Amino acid sequence: MGNKEQKTNPPSPPFTKGGSGGITNSKLKTPNSELKIATRDAYGEALLELGKKRNDVVVLDADLSCSTKTIKFAKLFPERFFNMGVAEQDMIGTASGLSLTGKLPFASTFAVFETGRAWDQIRQTICYSNLNVKLVATHSGITVGEDGASHQALEDVALMRVLANMTVIVPADGNETKQVVHAIADYYGPVYVRLGRSKVPSVMPDDYQFQRGKAYTFHTGKDVNIVAMGIMVSIALDAAKILKQDGIDAGVINMSSVKPLDHEQLLNAAKACGLIITAEEHSIIGGLGSAVSEFLSEKHPVQIIRVGIRDVFGCSGKPEELLKLYGLTADNIVKTIKDALNR
Amino acid sequence: MTQTPISTEELILFLKKQAKTVRIEILKMLTIAGSGHTGGSLSAADIVTALYFYKMRHNPKDPHWRERDRFILSKGHAAPLLYTVLALSGYFDMSLLTTLRKIGSPLQGHPSSTLLLGVEVSTGSLGQGLSISNGIAIGLKMDGLSSRVYCLLGDGEIQEGQVWEAAMSAAHYRLDNLCAIIDNNGLQIDGHCHEVMAIEPIREKWKAFGWHVIEINGHDMEAILSALHAAEKVQGKPSLILAHTVKGKGVSIFEGKVEYHGIAPTQEELEKALKELGDGE
Repeated sequence: MGNKEQKTNPPSPPFTKGGSGGITNSKLKTPNSELKIATRDAYGEALLELGKKRNDVVVLDADLSCSTKTIKFAKLFPERFFNMGVAEQDMIGTASGLSLTGKLPFASTFAVFETGRAWDQIRQTICYSNLNVKLVATHSGITVGEDGASHQALEDVALMRVLANMTVIVPADGNETKQVVHAIADYYGPVYVRLGRSKVPSVMPDDYQFQRGKAYTFHTGKDVNIVAMGIMVSIALDAAKILKQDGIDAGVINMSSVKPLDHEQLLNAAKACGLIITAEEHSIIGGLGSAVSEFLSEKHPVQIIRVGIRDVFGCSGKPEELLKLYGLTADNIVKTIKDALNR
Repeated sequence: MTQTPISTEELILFLKKQAKTVRIEILKMLTIAGSGHTGGSLSAADIVTALYFYKMRHNPKDPHWRERDRFILSKGHAAPLLYTVLALSGYFDMSLLTTLRKIGSPLQGHPSSTLLLGVEVSTGSLGQGLSISNGIAIGLKMDGLSSRVYCLLGDGEIQEGQVWEAAMSAAHYRLDNLCAIIDNNGLQIDGHCHEVMAIEPIREKWKAFGWHVIEINGHDMEAILSALHAAEKVQGKPSLILAHTVKGKGVSIFEGKVEYHGIAPTQEELEKALKELGDGE
């Protein structure tokens, strides 16, 4: 792979030398990017709207409703909210049972517990039986921050993506999160939605319409295309701007639908140039980078470089410090691309 | 479906006879399959017979009937038992039983709800059925339905931590439309439960978790019926029927033998078993 740096644990910051990047680079954002909202907050609001629209919606949480923002739904619809206590496996089972009576359950907790602690329940009960349960997890990735590695899910997309019948969605901003909540309610089947704790800039256009299995291409680059998910979409857009100033045409794709992957837009991007960069706040093993590599290596092999967490655990710190430490910055994406293009 | 005889005596007689038929079919299908779980299918045969041929409201012609009672086989390895009662009830043709565990068969080694009508949910990984049952029980209550949920657990299965999470939440949500049944045959794959991982005292543990516990001989049809009836009357809390059973019950060569947890009878053993059960009587 392109990045040759081998990380040890605890990690040393090998990527940035005085550069600014990622969340700290907010001055460079598109006009509406001043609007910042955490995807978990958008979820709380969307769930409330959905609850008003559909009375088959039930919500379960495992003692983290204040953090996952399901508390908003709980307050308005206490008879449709079930706090399962600190018992994620039981929560998943109970959500499954509710779906068997025709309810539309949304089960939420932190991503690390939802996908890790209750993986067997998700596999055996939800996916194998193909139940209509929506797993919406918050506090994914290193931007969980100060709580440290035990609470930073870097493997959740890998864990969910590998399951048959499962859909995996990683929204880029608040607007997309809201659309995703409504879209998955109209889709039958197991869905995993990965949300974050920290505020992220708005990046998706106002008229954007989320569709399962469809990516959003901001621009197709002639030199390189960056395929990103979640908070990395905004950071990838920053990188593309910097590259443009240096005469490099970089495209950006928001691959929020990690599974099913948008094959068409991915193929277009790969055909437009010889270099694909994937960017994810997740392990480079098993996540978006893997999904893109798996597909393109079979259909249209081009060079792929994965920007993400390089097989190490996270650590405590401020979200922006951590993004820098692990190279999840616009500057590191720029450097990675320039190195690959010999520019 | 099955017509219910009028007097209690007739009913008991009918169910006993039906349980014998269930055992015979289980043994036949397991022998043809050449693998599968004999002991735990036979130990729960009387209880599940009582549920499917008397207690539960269900309709094989309309498996998704909204008001049906639900049966969740948390101990999914007793699949041959579930398949037999479903076939005898009329969910599918009896001839399908010979396809157990064969490639292309909807009768998987452990029950799959996407492949076989009548199976409420796929099970097989132990410890998950009670949580699922809780969710169903909550959903039924939300819909104002009087349907009940029956969940069959193995005794070794209650070593799974999730069972106790679910035991806690069933009491917390006062799920009096839920009846869990523990098939307490005392044996698990590696040996006696008390040697592998002590589960006693079962009654006290469930009581402490807020359940109404009824302890019975799980092969006494009269006791099974009265326990199911008593469980229905309990209000404000879930019920547990702690059924003392014998692994491999009904066939002396299998009874109380840990080896027959996960082994199918040979042709020779089947013939002996059928003789003992009086097949063709």
